[in-house]
Amino acid sequence: MSETITPIGKSVHRRTLGWVLLEFLGSMNLAITLLVVVAVSSIIGTVLQQNQPYPNYVIKFGPFWFEVFNRLGLYDVYGAGWFIAILAFLILSTSVCIYRQAPGKLREMLRFRTRIRADSLRGFHQCVEWRLPERDLKAVLTEVTGAFHAFGYRWRVQNYSDHQVAAAMKGRYNRLGYLFTHAAVVIIGIGGLLDGNLWLKLKEWRGEIALETRDLAARDIPPISRLAPGAVSAFRGNVMLPEGSAANFVFLRLRDGFLLQELPFAIELRDFQVEYHATGQPKSFTSQVRIHDQDHLGDTPLEATIQVNHPLVYRGYAIYQSDFGDGGSKLELRAWPLTTARADPVETQGEIGSVLKVAGPTGAIRLELDDFRLFNLLPEPGAQPGDRKFRNFGPSVGFKLRDAAGEAHEYLNYMTPVQLEGRWFFISGARAQPGAEFMYLHIPVDANNSPERFLRFNARLHDADGLRTVLARSAPSVEGQSPDFQRDLDQVRLNLVGLFAQGGFAAVTQKAQAVVPADRLKEATGLYLNILRDTLAEVFLDVLREEGVKLEQGVGEREDAFFNDALSALAALPAYGSPFYLQLTRFQQVEASGLQVTHSNATGMVYTGFAFLVIGIFIMFYTSYRRLWAWLALEDNGVRLILAGAAHRHSAEFTGEFNALQADLIRRLGSPEAVVEITVPPPDTAEAVALQPFIRDTERSTSNGSHS
Amino acid sequence: MAVTREAMLERPWEHSSPWLRLAFWDGLWALLIAVGSGYAYWLYQPYMDGYEVAIQIGSTLALITWGLYWKPARRFVLTVALLTVVALWRYGADYELRKSAFLLKYLLESQAAFMWMSTLYVLATATYFVALFSRSEFIGKTATALTWSATVMGLTGLLVRWRESYLLGTDIGHIPVSNLYEVFILFALITALLYLFYEDRHRTRAMGGFALLAISGAVAFLLWYTFDRQAHHIQPLIPALQSYWMKIHVPANFIGYGAFALAAMLGVAYLLRSGAEAHRPQGLLARTLPPLDLLDDVMYKAIALGFAAFTIATILGALWAAEAWGGYWSWDPKETWALIVWLNYAAWLHLRLTKGWRGTPMAWWAVIGLFVTLFAFLGVNMFLSGLHSYGTL
Repeated sequence: MSETITPIGKSVHRRTLGWVLLEFLGSMNLAITLLVVVAVSSIIGTVLQQNQPYPNYVIKFGPFWFEVFNRLGLYDVYGAGWFIAILAFLILSTSVCIYRQAPGKLREMLRFRTRIRADSLRGFHQCVEWRLPERDLKAVLTEVTGAFHAFGYRWRVQNYSDHQVAAAMKGRYNRLGYLFTHAAVVIIGIGGLLDGNLWLKLKEWRGEIALETRDLAARDIPPISRLAPGAVSAFRGNVMLPEGSAANFVFLRLRDGFLLQELPFAIELRDFQVEYHATGQPKSFTSQVRIHDQDHLGDTPLEATIQVNHPLVYRGYAIYQSDFGDGGSKLELRAWPLTTARADPVETQGEIGSVLKVAGPTGAIRLELDDFRLFNLLPEPGAQPGDRKFRNFGPSVGFKLRDAAGEAHEYLNYMTPVQLEGRWFFISGARAQPGAEFMYLHIPVDANNSPERFLRFNARLHDADGLRTVLARSAPSVEGQSPDFQRDLDQVRLNLVGLFAQGGFAAVTQKAQAVVPADRLKEATGLYLNILRDTLAEVFLDVLREEGVKLEQGVGEREDAFFNDALSALAALPAYGSPFYLQLTRFQQVEASGLQVTHSNATGMVYTGFAFLVIGIFIMFYTSYRRLWAWLALEDNGVRLILAGAAHRHSAEFTGEFNALQADLIRRLGSPEAVVEITVPPPDTAEAVALQPFIRDTERSTSNGSHS
Repeated sequence: MAVTREAMLERPWEHSSPWLRLAFWDGLWALLIAVGSGYAYWLYQPYMDGYEVAIQIGSTLALITWGLYWKPARRFVLTVALLTVVALWRYGADYELRKSAFLLKYLLESQAAFMWMSTLYVLATATYFVALFSRSEFIGKTATALTWSATVMGLTGLLVRWRESYLLGTDIGHIPVSNLYEVFILFALITALLYLFYEDRHRTRAMGGFALLAISGAVAFLLWYTFDRQAHHIQPLIPALQSYWMKIHVPANFIGYGAFALAAMLGVAYLLRSGAEAHRPQGLLARTLPPLDLLDDVMYKAIALGFAAFTIATILGALWAAEAWGGYWSWDPKETWALIVWLNYAAWLHLRLTKGWRGTPMAWWAVIGLFVTLFAFLGVNMFLSGLHSYGTL
């Protein structure tokens, strides 16, 4: 113990700044504070979604808080300077702790503590003192060490002028647990930082690279935003490859921009496939790729299959299946006008990712073809949340209509009719705000499996002349009414249809509110709606007649249901916001596979740290470091023996072992009668604690607050 | 010292070397497990890849060691094995038998087994408390038996469900630890086994009611999840989960969660007892609740075990992430919360082991730790979006 207590040396140390700093960095309080600080600041990045497009944050927080959070680096917390600084500080603190503790731990492992006073031993929790009459020192020592041996202890004997000490220990490798775990934290920490964005940040700080924030094609990206292969040792980038195309770069998304990382090889996507379970859930995502690398592969490319959980590792670059999307599917589309008297559709073609210019009622609009999906597995309509019933709604096209002012409506049109409550509909979702819920338009399907009948019906409502003709033909002949009345009635009917076509049922009731006194409102609205309905029915019958439907037997159930569904759809049209209904008629799917390419230099280091951590934790928790001492002296024709012990942990088990050791020793010494137990009052407790070599060394922290 | 010298002398010291205690029955146990495992390998080998065979060998060794280390595990494992084999034999290849065959419908079909498990756990919880306050040895033994039975039914149910998933289709089959419903059962089982271990080692049933409260909580959730959300249906695996890593990552995690939950419940008992001792030292609670030093000791052991298991689980998760998500660490919410849980218990252990903190503050911390753990386990799935969204409510 003398080697650990050097009061003179300490007082010298205490004065230097370096020592104070070391003391602070290695202190237990700092370490625990850092653990908690890292934990708490990590929460930020889980609550606030990281690395989203910046406009999303502006919408969420408003311009002021957006800027505040931006300055704090909250959109990429784990790459923020202050967060990395905290991590680095934790690593530094742990390193200092190891630096200060390791020598002591190694000493504990290697050295037997034979220099110990009898009074120190008497202060131990586990201690007995015996007088062994008529014994000689050597024989007793043999029995003591015999017992030590039987219990698996290693020992060393030291002779002093008036006594002997046998110091023993067991489980000394427990001391390695501390070293392994704490070294692991340092190794994993450093490795993690090396694999993080540190290099990029350094280059950015030195002005060697700058983020690109414009939406550019890969070849147009300027050199300042390009990274050559090997420019940074670790990166994670993404690229979306359409089938049949190749790329020798990936994009690194960073804050509100990106960098282009060049690869020393090219990845060609030959085929991308999604397999589905019978229930419609995806079963596998598979990319068939070809690696082209003239330097290493020559002219024969490497063929490989990449799947989720099965990345391809090539020359230290790992290529993962991470996403999929549309690679420019070719679509044939039919646009049915919704706001004109003509119902004849316009045929057009386009591919996903392209923009078509369309003439709208109030100027040109841009039709942006965003997405095509072959399968749409959605919860069964009307199902309870727990029912887990899904239905494949078939192919869909997602597009936006953007007017001259840049305002966009977003649409999602399904190609094939969908059966709902026994009837079939073409479904189109619409929303005016990104992220809002889609409002669905249900267009009833006609006998030809087409939306045509509905669209002709709708066109009629925008054809005032045609409407007059129909009204004239179908005017209810009421006897005794003047032609004026008949003309007025026709005008009312026309107006109602006009209102309805402009604003649905809501426009009709609003009109009623505006012109009818409150006490007759209900009655009048009912009347209006009845007239409107009758009128629309007349128009509908005319549409049927035009189609050649025989109406002598009256209208069938199907037509009746169609009429009701058509009314609902017509009422929803004014809010639909599009001058046409876009029907997807044919497609040729081109898929794209989202590949993630990563490179990491410190993986081996981190994994070594993992191994150290597990080994260290198990050694620490499940081995026990124990010491025993036997202090022997000749006394009155016999031997005085002090047997004492201390354990680092597992005190209950150690108590059992200590008791058993006593019993074993008594057996070795002959019989219980041969042993006289004596009680010597332990020294003053405070002094005893101060003198306990074991506790002093392992728990120095209690006095000066350092790691253990 | 509590032990008298005479008593001490009469009790022979058992040497702690594991090899010396091996005997005939131990050999038989090891042989039985090895043969059973070999048979399973022979049956299912076509469905396994190299990693899975390695996992099977590892599990076999672990199972043998477990039985050698803790004898009650043997009876448990053999009972579960027997019931599972009976269920598989009764099923044959016809999944529809679950609705008609009596034995399956009312006992061994996975849903039936889980219902038995749920009922028995809730009964066991109540029985433990009755035993605690009535100080009846018999009632205590009954509670233990109920807990064992519940655990047998639960594990049997999981194993049968594993087979059922393959009866639905070989491309659907997977180990039943893939969603929130299945892992909640796993959680209940592991927490119960950990508790039973400490009950056996410390020779006291006083902690039972508290430990089982956590399990009853899980059972309550499970029942709601089954009947309100219909979450019990077997679903095919999404591609991200189709990996052998799932077989080791998830169970390791739940040893951690189970141990932390157990520690928290003991923390509650600790706080109740220490509060009772302070206010009404002669009151019923102060006299009947488990003693403070026992609670403190087991709480520490549970957290140490949980920490070790959780460390392994998180490392396994990182290794899996390196294969599935592009790197061993992505600061995904689940990863981050795993780190938070780890840091939390690391701080707890430091305070206890090096600063020597004991008692009330550590008990409070263990209880709060459960909420942190619970958030990492459930909250992340419910409130945060990330890569690890495998169970939603």
